[in-house]
Amino acid sequence: MSNADLAAPSLLSRINLQRYVVYIGFLAIFLFFAIVLRDSGFLTVRNLSNIVLQTAPVTIMAIGLVFVMSAGEIDLSIGSIVAVSALAAAVTIGQYGMVAGIIAGLGAGFVIGLINGFLVAYVKLPSFLVTLATLGLFAGVSRSMTDLRSIPVTDSLFTGIFGSGSLFGIPSLIWWTVIAIAIAHIVFRETRFGAHVLATGDNARAAAVCGISVPRIRLAVLTLSGVIAGLAGLLYAGRLQAAKYTLGETDLMTVIAAVIVGGTLLNGGKGSIVGALVGSLMMGMLNNGLILMGLSVSDQMIVRGFIILAAVAVSLREKNR
Amino acid sequence: MTGPVLELSGIRKTFGGVTAIEDFSLEIFPGEIVALVGDNGAGKSTLIKIVSGVHPPSAGSIALDGQPVVMSNATMARMLGIEVVYQDLALADQQAVYMNLFLGREPLTALGLLDRRRMIAETEKLVKELDVRIPSAHAAIRDLSGGQRQGVAIARATHWASKLILLDEPTAALGVAETARVEEIVRSLKKRNIGVLIISHSLDQVFRLSDRICVLRRGKQIGVRDTKATDKNEIIAMITGLKQG
Repeated sequence: MSNADLAAPSLLSRINLQRYVVYIGFLAIFLFFAIVLRDSGFLTVRNLSNIVLQTAPVTIMAIGLVFVMSAGEIDLSIGSIVAVSALAAAVTIGQYGMVAGIIAGLGAGFVIGLINGFLVAYVKLPSFLVTLATLGLFAGVSRSMTDLRSIPVTDSLFTGIFGSGSLFGIPSLIWWTVIAIAIAHIVFRETRFGAHVLATGDNARAAAVCGISVPRIRLAVLTLSGVIAGLAGLLYAGRLQAAKYTLGETDLMTVIAAVIVGGTLLNGGKGSIVGALVGSLMMGMLNNGLILMGLSVSDQMIVRGFIILAAVAVSLREKNR
Repeated sequence: MTGPVLELSGIRKTFGGVTAIEDFSLEIFPGEIVALVGDNGAGKSTLIKIVSGVHPPSAGSIALDGQPVVMSNATMARMLGIEVVYQDLALADQQAVYMNLFLGREPLTALGLLDRRRMIAETEKLVKELDVRIPSAHAAIRDLSGGQRQGVAIARATHWASKLILLDEPTAALGVAETARVEEIVRSLKKRNIGVLIISHSLDQVFRLSDRICVLRRGKQIGVRDTKATDKNEIIAMITGLKQG
């Protein structure tokens, strides 16, 4: 074999467009709004920090989905988990206090994630169908839990930690975002678990042949996604000082878009936590900018739909190359 | 003179009422390449699965370095130093070469994190020793050619196999030049003093690589020949049933 053979495939095909597309997209959208909305307050510190605060739950959910999608699975039920967890936390806080409420919220997410994971990993049902079913099932549960009523959260320590509070002058929602992203990034990139998640999504047979327990990985990512969605539920309840069945209901599309735009492959084997963060901020910025531009809710949905289409197109192009 | 690294005696395997392998015995010595040949359905793959711990034999015994072993699964076989290179490679395409080399057995730092530096260093060393010509240890598998991929798969097996490597049709999907390259790598395994059992459909390749040839026909062991003391006609006659033992 000559040296020329070794250079193949060509250098051009190895330039990884997808790895940078989220940063380029982020900058492009930022510049676009900065110019178009320069008189509408887009660039104010208050507005920009609002974007970060508002995207916090979506960013948190995106973290779970990076693990799930990297393992080659999907979790459509996160929105319903958010609502169930937020309601479970709100009801429990009212009766038993903050700590019990946190445990109830995260516990609800854990249990639903465990159900998803068990059905996918050991009953061997496709995660798409399992989580589609639990999405509907727990949307129903969240409605019946409190007869569609909204439950106020008055515990000021809870709303401080999970919502409006701040530490060293930095809002708690930003702390949550930064800490969650940092931990998830290390777990995803630098631990055996992260490596095995990627290998499972890349080639489950190869992973199994190398001694990785593929069912255990599938159970783990879906359970993790459930707990993380539970945390997102707590953040919603803390920020809004109330829980309602509608929480998280419309987030699924935004979360999936953030994750895919961030460079995580729909079919598994490749993912990025930092990419998902930037993707999530990009979706938040898009929402914010479109509102400031005066677009109606329906127009915003249409624009977001196009962004997701473009993201999926780039993602699949990359995979099939 | 050292003893055989692998010793199979009286191996039998039945699935339900069907006999897949009957009374198979074979010794493989360190530094030896033994080829397993036979027509489709002769039982070659079943035999590989028995030796790699996937199927326990119905009867007979397996010994490694003279010690009798019972392998109840593939993980156990790997722990005992037996590695398999599969026809379809079993590599994770989007991961780097070094991650594939250590897949499932990643070394960790004192902090419990992946020891990338060590994985990369060991990969580069091994790839150089085996002369597997890849652009870098960081390259993703999917950016490699078929021959390079097979080289990585063999390198992985070499890294972990202390006793035996099983090669299942290692060049079935490769072109002429790449086949030659992979054969060179296989030949270089002899120096490492491990046993190699190779399945191949190409008799030319079997004669180029092996020290001995073992012929299977319909689950029966027809015979074992020294490669130097036989020829293709005899082997073909044994494979097709024109010649018994």
